[in-house]
Amino acid sequence: MSTEKPDGLTPSQTIGPFFAYALTPRAYGGSELATEQVAGEGVAGERIRIEGTVLDGDGAPVGDAMIETWQADAEGRFHAAGNAGFTGFGRAETSAEGGFFIETIRPGALPGPNGTTQAPHLTVSVFARGLLIRLATRIYFDDEPGNAQDPVLALVPAERRGTLIAKRGAGGIFRFDIRLQGEDETVFFDA
Amino acid sequence: MSLIYPRSGLKAHPLNNSPDYRSTLKRAPSQPLILLPHTLSETTGPVFGHVAVSEIDSDLTRAHAGEPLGERIIVTGRVLDEDGRPVPNTLIEIWQANAAGRYVHVRDQHPAPLDPNFTGAGRAVTDADGRYRFVTIKPGAYPWRNHHNAWRPAHIHFSLFGPSFLSRVITQMYFPGDPLFRFDPIFQSITDERARNRLVSRFDIETTEPEWALAYQFDIVLRGRDATPTEEPHEH
Repeated sequence: MSTEKPDGLTPSQTIGPFFAYALTPRAYGGSELATEQVAGEGVAGERIRIEGTVLDGDGAPVGDAMIETWQADAEGRFHAAGNAGFTGFGRAETSAEGGFFIETIRPGALPGPNGTTQAPHLTVSVFARGLLIRLATRIYFDDEPGNAQDPVLALVPAERRGTLIAKRGAGGIFRFDIRLQGEDETVFFDA
Repeated sequence: MSLIYPRSGLKAHPLNNSPDYRSTLKRAPSQPLILLPHTLSETTGPVFGHVAVSEIDSDLTRAHAGEPLGERIIVTGRVLDEDGRPVPNTLIEIWQANAAGRYVHVRDQHPAPLDPNFTGAGRAVTDADGRYRFVTIKPGAYPWRNHHNAWRPAHIHFSLFGPSFLSRVITQMYFPGDPLFRFDPIFQSITDERARNRLVSRFDIETTEPEWALAYQFDIVLRGRDATPTEEPHEH
């Protein structure tokens, strides 16, 4: 087939405020492509729950955001055969209070650039009204010694690294808030 | 096939810092983005094959017992990579307002009627040539509160995955000749006119079906190029 080189990428536009009945349609009785449950029963690995709130520059909750997560399995593999029930992909709509959660397994460490090892992490997209293009960030875990050698965390100024690290709290739940703007603004990446 | 993801094409995108769109004011990050190397975490992504979609998901006029009101249309096109090669077997999710410019969403308070025969959500998976096809009704324009007398041009929201985290994009498709383009800060947030116009679908009489529906073509170009391009033969 002949391939004419396209003029350029299709530009991004905002998800807007009214995506839920299509992308996160549980409350509308629609079929869900993906949910907060990333790993079905029987998937190997440590079960974890990550909770957070999305906040704007005034510290007000963002009640109309969509969070997507992508991750390796417990062995640090993507799309591994024989890992039925593990999609690696999570999708959550924030509540009116800006809250979201993801239930999954803790990912394994995986190879990074130039022979480095990446500490366990989830790759995250944040979509919302007022965001013309998705924000890309990562969720690391505060009890992983490998964070100190992680090649991506090393690119982040030390005083901001903490915004990428989920903190384990009561009941073993990891806390990861996303601050879009202002004080303690979450680190977002140019991917 | 291995793909690479040059950053040169990213200039087509709008900046989150686009203050004419007022919702950006408290939501756009104020710190610079940090350049992220493309590791396995970025060059992989979820795969949704045909199991995610049934045939009826791409016909938004058949989701209810009766037919929706409005102008029936066909929206079709191809999903391509930056080299112009088809992106097969990739999921597209769409959503839109009804013919009166009203969304089903509970927070849409525009005083225009809901249509009991129209939800406005659809899915399709591209074929081997990267082609997709939806049947729907033409969405109406609707007012919003961004500024005095603000109206969104008619549009359909598109969500695509492509081969990886890096190719993931959500955008909006518009209709040709809309008089609201010049007043819309979301459309105008794309500063390059050629890039902006790539979001405007093309009316297509060849695909239009007689006595049934007008057709619009909308091709979508996702990030990603072949890592090992073959040199095209030069003419001497």
